Amino acid sequence: MRFRTFLIAAAVSSALATPALAHRMWLLPSTTTLAGTSEYVTVDAAVSNDLFYPDHMALDPAQVSVWAPDGSEGKVENPSKGRYRGTFDVAIDKPGTWKIGMNRSSIGGTFKVGAEQWRVGGRGRPAGPPGAPGAGGSGAGGPGAGRPGGPGGPGGQPPRMVATVADIPANATDIKLSESLTSYAIYVSSDAPTKGVLTPTGKGLEFDPITHPDALVSDEEASFRFLIDGKPAAGVKVTLIPGGKKYREAEDGQELTTGADGVLRIKWPVAGMYWMSASAEDNKPSDKRAQTRRMSFSSTLEVVAP
Amino acid sequence: MTRTQTLPKILPALPLLVAGTIATPALAASVTITITQIKVAEYHRPYVAGWVEPVAGGNARTIFVWYDVKKAGREPGTKWLADLRTWWRKGGSSMKMPADGLTGATRAPGSYTVAIPANLPAGQYVLKVEAARETGGRELVSVPFSVPAKGGSASGKTELGTITIR
Repeated sequence: MRFRTFLIAAAVSSALATPALAHRMWLLPSTTTLAGTSEYVTVDAAVSNDLFYPDHMALDPAQVSVWAPDGSEGKVENPSKGRYRGTFDVAIDKPGTWKIGMNRSSIGGTFKVGAEQWRVGGRGRPAGPPGAPGAGGSGAGGPGAGRPGGPGGPGGQPPRMVATVADIPANATDIKLSESLTSYAIYVSSDAPTKGVLTPTGKGLEFDPITHPDALVSDEEASFRFLIDGKPAAGVKVTLIPGGKKYREAEDGQELTTGADGVLRIKWPVAGMYWMSASAEDNKPSDKRAQTRRMSFSSTLEVVAP
Repeated sequence: MTRTQTLPKILPALPLLVAGTIATPALAASVTITITQIKVAEYHRPYVAGWVEPVAGGNARTIFVWYDVKKAGREPGTKWLADLRTWWRKGGSSMKMPADGLTGATRAPGSYTVAIPANLPAGQYVLKVEAARETGGRELVSVPFSVPAKGGSASGKTELGTITIR
């Protein structure tokens, strides 16, 4: 799995990293099941509180990748970013199960220079690195960086922040960094569903479904396994929310936890599109500079009536 | 075998009923499917599929699929086969269309009889018939039966009428 590092709007980043927050990122396919290989799926992409009601922020289709059943790369077509909603099409021109989504990794946290607290990544605009601006790229401030000089800027309280870990100056202390791995994927099948795009990579939190995500029926229990670094992961917290809250009284979400075998058994209260988000945290970041690792995997699942 | 499409063996229901009164068949040999007449402004004949599932579990076996076989081009008739969503999941999605002896054109309202494969191993089965109509409804009817001997009957409420195995 290719983890891309993106510098993205902070609101999105925080929604992704901590699914407990209300803002949810989602992709909504027009269907998950197609007959034949001359069809398209059209996908909505947004960040909002309620599912799947775009009323907050569009997600840029440029962030989305497409994996064809044979492992080749598919194409995002007709991308468009509206006020509240991004949209794009994908030609589903090979039989089997396609994956559409994104993988992101980032490192964020805090450090101190003297008595001042600085942040890495996060909300607001970078104030320029402490000391020399990031022009040096890999130079990371350099030994002579000394005291953060960034903010002299416009009035108010400028955030003491650097954009990336590479900008942490050499004289920083109390460095607390967390690695964040975030994946979002939807699955669309043409003809018979296949499992190629679901093959685990052994890295981070992964979705390893026993019931195929394109074969979900409201009166049949589904079994999904979650893996961390390729091994069944117990205690993964999973939130499951059916779309369309405004047409009923409650959100009707479920908070579930994987068992010792890493498996989640799901009963669906209704047919429809569901937003699923799994998250876990440990202290095994792949990046040595970080102390903790936060992982999430989210998906949109279509559950049909029997 | 590209264009030589064999239609399933469909017999008018009535003669068979008559035959049934003369010699009671020992095997569940055929199923009679009724497509309901529906009075709506925009009527399209439904896509209908029938298949047999062993009660003990195992692969479903499709016995007929009626769809818009002729429609080609940008939106071929096969596009809407997935609307028969249960059949599609139970095996339709891995079938190559058209399939000799199984697929045929959509049918007008009425009763049609289709042979049930004679080589089903003895055991308990459920025959399922699913219908999906463009701009209309979708219905799934299950009829339990066993091999050898016993037939059965069940009725749909909207798209499908009586489904009888005998």
